[in-house]
Amino acid sequence: MVGPILEVTGLGKRFGGFVALQNINVSVAPGERLGLIGPNGSGKSTLVNCLSGALHHDSGGIVFNGRRIDGMPAYQRTRLGLARSFQLPKPFRSLNLLDNLRIPLLYTVNARHGAHLSGAEIDERCRALLADVGLIDKARRLPRDLTQVEMRKLELARAVASAPRLLFADEAMAGLSPSEVEEILVVLFRLNEQGITIVLIEHIMRAVMSFSTRLVVLVAGQKIADGAPQEAIRNPEVERAYLGE
Amino acid sequence: MMSTVKFWIASFVVSIAFLVLTRWLITNEYYFFAGYQVLQFIVLATAWNILGGYTGYTNFGTGAFFAVGAYSAVVLHKLTSLPVPVMMLVGGIMSGIIGFGMGYLTLRLKGVFFAIATLALAIVAQTLIVNWDYVGGSRGIYVIRPQHAPISGSYIQYLYSLMLALTWVSVAVARTIERSTLGLGFNAIRDDELAAEAGGVPTLRLKLIATTLSGALMGMSGAPLPYYVTYLDPASSFNLSYAVNSVAMPMIGGMTSWIGPIVGAVLLGTIQQLATVTISSALNLLIVGVLLILFVVIAPNGVVGLMQSRWRARIR
Repeated sequence: MVGPILEVTGLGKRFGGFVALQNINVSVAPGERLGLIGPNGSGKSTLVNCLSGALHHDSGGIVFNGRRIDGMPAYQRTRLGLARSFQLPKPFRSLNLLDNLRIPLLYTVNARHGAHLSGAEIDERCRALLADVGLIDKARRLPRDLTQVEMRKLELARAVASAPRLLFADEAMAGLSPSEVEEILVVLFRLNEQGITIVLIEHIMRAVMSFSTRLVVLVAGQKIADGAPQEAIRNPEVERAYLGE
Repeated sequence: MMSTVKFWIASFVVSIAFLVLTRWLITNEYYFFAGYQVLQFIVLATAWNILGGYTGYTNFGTGAFFAVGAYSAVVLHKLTSLPVPVMMLVGGIMSGIIGFGMGYLTLRLKGVFFAIATLALAIVAQTLIVNWDYVGGSRGIYVIRPQHAPISGSYIQYLYSLMLALTWVSVAVARTIERSTLGLGFNAIRDDELAAEAGGVPTLRLKLIATTLSGALMGMSGAPLPYYVTYLDPASSFNLSYAVNSVAMPMIGGMTSWIGPIVGAVLLGTIQQLATVTISSALNLLIVGVLLILFVVIAPNGVVGLMQSRWRARIR
């Protein structure tokens, strides 16, 4: 049996006196589509930040692909295959779309042992990634020329450019129309079919339910449910958190 | 697009041609004095832009790096009889080490906090020099220029030639960085450091490279100063005008390209030289300030940015 790609045990994070995450235990299997939900302020983004290295956790441990990554800088985690997209898109604004994707290829793929893509191969791969998300026509444009949904797609393409094994898609559909949500879901399904494990952090329940094979629910920094999506949302604690007493 | 090697060769040829032409056509010594100043500003602006323009970290400590280069030369002048190019190398190494140290200590700071820390560095360095008698302390020190230059022409022409060579090196280095993986990493840091790190960019390492390189080039440009002015004191070598000019020149020329600092330095440097000989050097900082305000309002991306946006609008 194949072990988990990500194993989080007893993870805790405090901001001064505020407990953002408390004793989080989560295990993610390779190829899984995991939905991570919770009300605003429940600690979803803090958890992603701790796992991706943007924040350092205070307690507990993280094992990625059989290797402990506690205290490891974010760029090294990305090189190991742990990528993320941001809740608010963070494109490299002064660079065109090709260069936006070239950066993770140069700094992640080419930094891995035994891998060295030539300039032409990198260019080809950037174009293929842009074509995958429907942005090839705008390859030489700056991010400011993109619409909201295109910006989200660029964000995902840039995360995928690092050839990850696991991707945290942090609210990749926030603020999008239903048809645009479908476009992003198509992209995420395709990435998962390519073998990338995806953790989807999302508020749009329709999208989460159709995408996830498992659901983890956080409330006030604690995990209150973990299981099949239909079971998880019927959990009384989850209903209470979302609907009140 | 010209390859990096071709650019090094082409810019070398242009520099040599420029040197030969100026040495051949110009007989008035003043023009070499003025030319040295403009070239020195090109080096300072280009060096500043490697950290400030490419990675987005504003450095107000130019005066410190520049003066460390100058005072390294003073120490070497007193201890040895090394040629000026070697002093420039040593000055560069000293300032590079200080740049590395400053980077290591301050690069976890961002924005205005980093800028203030660099300003503080300049004040600390000036205080140390003011209290170091060996290099003249607060009263300054006289440096006697050798009577003969190692190459034909006057000593000022020799210093001018050295500064031209350094200009070639710094511009070629900046342009090489801009077109390299390193340059893309710098740009990523400038645009969004968190996203850069998430994209695999080792941000701290790259910022250390930027501070070291930037500091080293500034130090190299400061090393010939004692021979140029023949009297060096902390007030003039740490002068605020170096910091202000090295920030203003790339801002006016354009910070995203290697050519921006050249445009800004030639423009501002020439105007300041003209003002110095026609009105008064006291007006120099005023001119810089007025131009800076004008450009921030009219062309926030500088001359190069303005031209690029017009070019983009035309091809659309």
